Amino acid sequence: MAEARPEFWRWQERRWRDDTVDPRAGGILSAGVDVGSVSSQAVVMVDGRLYAWSSRRTGGSSPDSAREAMAWALEGSDLRVEDLHFVVGTGYGRVNVPFAHKTITEIHCHARGANFMYGSKVRTILDMGGQDCKAIRCDERGKVVAFQMNDKCAAGTGRGMEVFADLLQVPIDQVGPMSLEVDEEPPPVSSTCVVFAKSEAAGLLRRGWPKERVLAAYCGAMAQRVFALLSRVGVEREFAITGGIAKNPGVVKRIERALGFEAVTGAVDSQIAGALGGALFGHALEQKGRGQR
Amino acid sequence: MITVGIDMGAKNVKVVVLGDQGVICRALRPAGLDTDQTARQVMAAALEEARVGRGDVARIVATGTGREDAPDSDETMTDVSCAARGAHELCPEARTVIDIGAEEARAIRCDARGRVQDFAINEKCAAGTGAFTEAMARALEVPIEELGPLSLRSTQAIPMNAQCAVFAESEVVSMIHNNVPRADMARAVHDAIASRMTAMVRRVGLEPPVVLVGGLGRNTGFVESLKRGLTVETIVVPEWPELVGALGAALVARGGA
Repeated sequence: MAEARPEFWRWQERRWRDDTVDPRAGGILSAGVDVGSVSSQAVVMVDGRLYAWSSRRTGGSSPDSAREAMAWALEGSDLRVEDLHFVVGTGYGRVNVPFAHKTITEIHCHARGANFMYGSKVRTILDMGGQDCKAIRCDERGKVVAFQMNDKCAAGTGRGMEVFADLLQVPIDQVGPMSLEVDEEPPPVSSTCVVFAKSEAAGLLRRGWPKERVLAAYCGAMAQRVFALLSRVGVEREFAITGGIAKNPGVVKRIERALGFEAVTGAVDSQIAGALGGALFGHALEQKGRGQR
Repeated sequence: MITVGIDMGAKNVKVVVLGDQGVICRALRPAGLDTDQTARQVMAAALEEARVGRGDVARIVATGTGREDAPDSDETMTDVSCAARGAHELCPEARTVIDIGAEEARAIRCDARGRVQDFAINEKCAAGTGAFTEAMARALEVPIEELGPLSLRSTQAIPMNAQCAVFAESEVVSMIHNNVPRADMARAVHDAIASRMTAMVRRVGLEPPVVLVGGLGRNTGFVESLKRGLTVETIVVPEWPELVGALGAALVARGGA
């Protein structure tokens, strides 16, 4: 057996609940479950108010990941999955959410979620997920107008960043802050492919580059790549970033530098945007259904 | 006349010493950390084995990704030209030359005299190169040289959804969890590279016979996948597929490229 190695890529699983909200007060209980390739989130809303959420690492099976995310979000509350009126499944594994009433693509859900999280002035959303990256343009109601995505290549995704965290043996949540500890911005890593970028970075380390500088070069390369994607869809302010990479200031700051303005920030965890959008759709659909009944 | 071809690859440095009667000696070494030093060592070792002094060598031509850094060369020549030249020497009928190295892949169409008519290159992405097989062999926990024979024992074709080597690694890990036979996964890996190469060959136009050069020529499982992909019955693989570029460079050095 190989000895246990520290897992530098491993990010913190999180959950949250607002106990000032009473789920038993008779309001609509809606939920969104976003099963991504790397992480899964569950969001529960009471009458359109955020009640509870969880964010976990996706396991080998999508149905189990969906169930576990929801169970973890509801743990400690009086709610059970069966109590939820309308559940929307989204993300890469959306067709495998056993308790979902409907599936909606993550592009629509992210736009809807970002509209709630960052306000109706948001027109451009950059969702940087585990295995894909999307640039989305939306209107004041969070409705998608146009989008561009990369889901074929690890460059510019969270998975690529995890590979680098492991290579440099830097915990994933410190990659961004460390990459900003450089006096001068180094030229970005020139290889697009993560596999080749790894060799390039190993070469830079051998040449005596400190880790901070190598991370700066990689975060810079990622920002450059994402900027190209954003340029294809066109950036209109306000601009928001969702997904796990939104928590990496090394990438965010460099994207902002390239754009010439800052991304809006919100109080809600950027990784739950998709599931939150799903819960908002769920709420609207339940409301509509009741109106017709 | 004695000439030397040196191929500064991403992974290995290769040298071929060519005399009037043909190849006098060939040498290969991992490029390592200091490619420049490795190149000097391989060159010195090859000349010593060939029992020729540097002064006896009429001309040295360098090729490969790092060709500009080759020490002591008289001229540089592209990988495409050298692969075509070397393949033509070994198989004069060759019309399509496929060259897959550690970090690059090329599809080349030649005329009857071995001159390059058209070519396509992938040098940006590990999918479709030797680096892809290495990453997958690691994920499968199989020594790289056993990946080919293993895939020949496969009983069924299974699709690989991921193109990207990083994503494919995760896919292989989940296939392992789902108890997919390793032989079938190995085949899926080779089929994936073959399908990318087939698309490149289509861009330049497939004209048999097909010659496969570069390190991936040693992978018997990949050769089978490529045959299926290109729907050809035979693919010619030279005895020293990874040294064809260096041979081509030595031939260019002799003149009459």
